[in-house]
Amino acid sequence: MRAVDAVMECLKAEGVDVVFGLPGGANIPTYDALYDAGIRHVLVRHEAGGGHAAQGYAKATGKVGVCFATSGPGATNVVTPIVDAMMDSCPTVFITGQVGTHLLGTDGFQETDVIGITMPAVKHSFMIQHPTEVPRAIHEAFHLARTGRPGPVVVDIPVDLSRADIDYEPVTDVRLPGYQPTTEGNAKQIRQAAKALASARRPVLYVGGGVINANASEELRELAASDRFPVTCTLMALGAFPAPHEQWLGMPGMHGTRTANYAMDEADLICCIGARFDDRVTGKLSEFAPRAKFIHIDIDPAEISKNVPAHIPIVGDAKKVLAKLTAEYRALETDATRLDAWWQRIRDWQSKHPLRFDDTEGTEIRPQRVIQALYEATGGEGIVATDIGQHQMWTAQHFHFSRPRTWLQSGGLGTMGFGLPAAMGAKVGKPDELVVCVTGDGSIQMNMQELSTCATEGIDVKTVILNNGYLGMVRQWQELFWEKRYSHVDLRPDTAPWPDFVKLAEAHGATGIRLEDKTTLVDDLKAAFATPGPVMVDVRVTREENVYPMIAPGAAARDMVG
Amino acid sequence: MALVGDPGTKELLSLEELEASGSLRTGRKHVLSILVEDKPGVLTRIAGLFARRGFNIDTLTVGPTDDDRISRITLTLDGALHPIDQVTKQLHKLINVLKIRDLEPAETVARELAMFKVAVDGQQRAEVLQICEIFRGKVVDVGKRSLIMEITGTTDKIDAFDRMVRPFGLVEMMRTGEIAISRGRAET
Repeated sequence: MRAVDAVMECLKAEGVDVVFGLPGGANIPTYDALYDAGIRHVLVRHEAGGGHAAQGYAKATGKVGVCFATSGPGATNVVTPIVDAMMDSCPTVFITGQVGTHLLGTDGFQETDVIGITMPAVKHSFMIQHPTEVPRAIHEAFHLARTGRPGPVVVDIPVDLSRADIDYEPVTDVRLPGYQPTTEGNAKQIRQAAKALASARRPVLYVGGGVINANASEELRELAASDRFPVTCTLMALGAFPAPHEQWLGMPGMHGTRTANYAMDEADLICCIGARFDDRVTGKLSEFAPRAKFIHIDIDPAEISKNVPAHIPIVGDAKKVLAKLTAEYRALETDATRLDAWWQRIRDWQSKHPLRFDDTEGTEIRPQRVIQALYEATGGEGIVATDIGQHQMWTAQHFHFSRPRTWLQSGGLGTMGFGLPAAMGAKVGKPDELVVCVTGDGSIQMNMQELSTCATEGIDVKTVILNNGYLGMVRQWQELFWEKRYSHVDLRPDTAPWPDFVKLAEAHGATGIRLEDKTTLVDDLKAAFATPGPVMVDVRVTREENVYPMIAPGAAARDMVG
Repeated sequence: MALVGDPGTKELLSLEELEASGSLRTGRKHVLSILVEDKPGVLTRIAGLFARRGFNIDTLTVGPTDDDRISRITLTLDGALHPIDQVTKQLHKLINVLKIRDLEPAETVARELAMFKVAVDGQQRAEVLQICEIFRGKVVDVGKRSLIMEITGTTDKIDAFDRMVRPFGLVEMMRTGEIAISRGRAET
């Protein structure tokens, strides 16, 4: 069979049920093989949309997301999703076409060195040099994408090799001698960690996206239940621990809660599970958690002591390590009252510094109110994807996620344009869930063409735009740190809303709805979500609203403003 | 020689183990001996990793091993400038990297090859030749007004030779960077 037919066999063997992508000259053979492969294909309108859709699918389902792109511009268009997937450890496989081998290196039409371009941003990549390498490369790509610390893998196939005939034999073993992730966790170190937790008087569990990748939410709840450990989840991990839980502190970091940041600041022990001490969490690193000792659990040894030296390092899979840690902890004799003073302090912060905003006056709709209404309208159920900016932070703060894999966003790279395609991918993977994309008028314009994909493919995604006519987060920074010199952040300088998102939705065959009454938001959103097919809801919100509280960039975490 | 598929090639990577193995030493020159799969692009991945993370390579040599599927990269870097455990851990993440050893100088034999082209006129020729002899160098080209000498040895020895012949009028010099092998019967 042709190498591309073998690709389809491999995809089926890997359990792939959907591929996002766009055909072009150099991957026509792949699409020819797809024609009768029996795998669903979602034809996106831009390859970036395809890549982010694959990410959304992966984040919502835990399976590997797959995206096809042709050579040259097709491949460069997926560079952003590839980098995004790398930053967020998102299991994805990108299969790109390449010009024929006789044209390689000649600057042929639509030739780019996609392996070279993507090399700094992939977990691994395969440049196919002989058609017989194809089946093994595909299986190795999936193995690498989903195991260890997950990530994006690129397979680049020259067009002539892709249609060459090979003797196909199913690959049942994957041999990667240089790749043996440590998953078990060192027993001695786990015991040390349990002891450290047992003697800590001001402990905090600092939880990252690794817990979601490892499907370890259940184990996390068990550990939390073994004592009254306060829990904070990073932006990447919202939903890993139920936000309504009484041990929940809120999110840490730049726009986290004061409670979470103060608790980290005063903690004597921070148990970091699958997080990487990102600068958006730590603030000024030298003043981060100055009193704490650190337990650091991560599948990636390179994360341990990268930013913050770990006193007890544990390399392993969060699910396995947490289960063992809880068992070790339960076996110890602990003094239940030792955390009393700590909880008193936390409750004090919580009552003094709740997340708040004032919308008692006027008819303007505050953006935070929209997220509260969204939470109420959905009952906290469903999957929420966001773009990047103020709307993302308001959603993180005011939508109280209870389940893992229901909060999808671009945490590490901060990609505007991520939300709609990611929501689309999530809906394809989880058709029975309500999937909502919360976005801004700036972000949505970066990949709004995928509304067309949703309409034609019958992908029922609801989009809510917090429309303030600004690149709002940049405006906020200009207001706070650049003397209100609003340089090129105003998206509707003539006060006329632009574009008209209702008409835009209608032009794409979706339903457009504009909401203007803050008193009926919940019912209006319910009605919008009950409308069949893709719906785009445009909500004009207060133009100059800021996300608070905030740690100024480079400041210490305890110095929060707002 | 470690074979492809040998499960023992990856070293354990907890801080404790790195500390125990001495990989957290800083403040000295580190010689990393890296076994990699002989596949296209491996060197680019390694060099790219160093560039991207701001690690500075002092010297780098690549060559075949006795197993034609495997190449060896010998890489030196300044431990005072870089967190060596972070360098090794990031290198370990590359799929084609099979094994990394941070070689202990006392347990290691390291050599470099260098060629020196020195401008010599009249009297000086004899002097330079004498120095070359003392350093057990080899004259590989003699011109009317120049000499090319080849010298192998430790980095220190080549540095010393450099200092001796430079004043005579060094036209150019090139060095290979170190290759290194551990003493005794154990594999490097």
